[in-house]
Amino acid sequence: MKNDIAHNASPFSFEEAVPEPEVKWRETLRVFCQNRMALLGLIMVSIFIFVGLLGPIIFPADPFEMVAAPLSEPGAGALFGSDYMGRDVFIGIIYGTRPTLVIATTATLMTVLIGITLGAVAGFYGGMIDNVLMRITEFFQVLPPLVFAMVIVAVFSTDIVVVILAIAVTTWTAEARLTRAEFLKIKEREYVMSARAIGARNFRLIARVILPNAMPPLVIAITLRVGITIIYEAALSFLGLTDPDVMTWGKMIGLSRDFFFDAWWSVTFPGVAILLIVLCIALIGDGLNDAFNPKLRGR
Amino acid sequence: MSAVLDRQEISVLSVEGLTVDFDVKGRSVNILSEVSFDLKSGETLGIIGESGCGKSMTALALLRMIPSPPGRITGGKVLLNDEDLLKATKNRISSIRGKEISMIFQEPMTSLNPVYTVGNQIVETIRRHKLISRSKALEEAVELLRMVQIPAPDRRISEYPHQLSGGMRQRVMIAMALACSPQVLIADEPTTALDVTVQAQIFDLLKEIQEQNGTSIILITHDFSAVTEMADRVLVMYAGHKIEEGTLGQITDEAKHPYTRGLLRSMPEIKSDPKEYREPLPEIPGAVPDLINRQEGCPFGPRCSFAMAKCLQMPQSYALGENRSVKCWLTQQENAA
Repeated sequence: MKNDIAHNASPFSFEEAVPEPEVKWRETLRVFCQNRMALLGLIMVSIFIFVGLLGPIIFPADPFEMVAAPLSEPGAGALFGSDYMGRDVFIGIIYGTRPTLVIATTATLMTVLIGITLGAVAGFYGGMIDNVLMRITEFFQVLPPLVFAMVIVAVFSTDIVVVILAIAVTTWTAEARLTRAEFLKIKEREYVMSARAIGARNFRLIARVILPNAMPPLVIAITLRVGITIIYEAALSFLGLTDPDVMTWGKMIGLSRDFFFDAWWSVTFPGVAILLIVLCIALIGDGLNDAFNPKLRGR
Repeated sequence: MSAVLDRQEISVLSVEGLTVDFDVKGRSVNILSEVSFDLKSGETLGIIGESGCGKSMTALALLRMIPSPPGRITGGKVLLNDEDLLKATKNRISSIRGKEISMIFQEPMTSLNPVYTVGNQIVETIRRHKLISRSKALEEAVELLRMVQIPAPDRRISEYPHQLSGGMRQRVMIAMALACSPQVLIADEPTTALDVTVQAQIFDLLKEIQEQNGTSIILITHDFSAVTEMADRVLVMYAGHKIEEGTLGQITDEAKHPYTRGLLRSMPEIKSDPKEYREPLPEIPGAVPDLINRQEGCPFGPRCSFAMAKCLQMPQSYALGENRSVKCWLTQQENAA
């Protein structure tokens, strides 16, 4: 009778529970959303983008128009006060969002494209190609980027396209060097050799084998670059080297710089806007890095 | 064994006088000196030698993957079905890699790309050489993983390399190498990074696959027990020279070259010891010669207990029957006597 015990239904199920395979992008999204700070960054940046798109429609006004007494404090007539010309700081920030974001994203994109392409080619091929490309990079590196950008804008025009190009052309060297360093390191890895041994050609090795592995430090660099680009744009605006008809955050700080001690709000609020967007983009970059790196994913 | 021998008539890959030089500090250093061998259909050729003797360089040279600079293939022929790979165009060579000749590397831990799933990597390999749809390739990939005996292949296929153990990764590497049923599989120390049990499993797997597909395998190793396990024929290398070649039996039982004999003597044996005292394992005195400051003559000379005046000149390779050769003056004396 003792044998009966063996026939009793076991409370344990010995069938292997196969976990439902998770779709890759869904998993990435889940990991990203678990990162509170990254999510906060994403929400804040979304708000900025929303303001950039719809702000001028919600608050139809002219950012260059005098609406209050010059240097009036925040609260009364204007939410964030007014500057030395009586222009509303709040409306200025709203209207400055769009050009700031457009310049930041396009200039960053161009910087990164130039930098990664040259760095990848130099690091991958090495030898003479590397030598030539790195000398070119060094040439651009020794030029003070802001002065170089100023010269380009001053010589050509203060059109937004020229400003974007000027920022991109002067700042790509850091990305190029970083990409090259990563490529030099990763191209010696065994999986690159084994990819070559199963027939992968150079382009494929660069774009599909090495680059994805070089991404983590590059993602960080790119997100930081967005911030740096905004600051460059601010610096150019501060010096008055941008389109006079377009309001940007940098220009607001630049124009009001002499009145900082009389009217802190006219400089501080645009400054806080720059700080916030740079910080939030960095947070997103950090979250993206965690989410895309399969090794860092908590399971 | 006899069934294997029957198929060995056609030579798939034949290497003639393969020579590779490296430029080191402005000087040209000879890494491989006129290495020749034949690989027949369905056989396993073991290439054995200690570190730095040119085993891996031979393998890389076959696929034209010598790092260049500093490396250069300066002479010889690599004939795959009568096509000289050293003269082939770059495009041709990359379509041969992975399709006709595949390679598995010694470090399964690092030989898979960490950012793609296993399935993705196998699918890419298949689609590189065959014009088939993604879903079809995925089916093939599952089938390959099943062939290399990975449990639950349909689940493993969507996992990343870091989720697999070393043995499993090496199985995945083998699956990738076999994706397009190559004629030649080069295994560069495929089990060095694995423990002994897994090592035996991988060898069994390779043998099974060879049985099924008639693949020819070049097994590169420094481990004589791996050679005795796997190889039909053996090639012994020293300092870039092929110093002895023969069937497994010829090498283990009637080795001619003092280096080969030294290697065999220094192989540990598992046997009961009545004296409860173990003789220290004999070793070959000295170290592999520095390739930059190499002397004239036989590279093994300074370490060889049979060295004589003649050894200051490089001996030629003496053929003792088909696919049996020794590069040593002793053999010439024997032949003359």
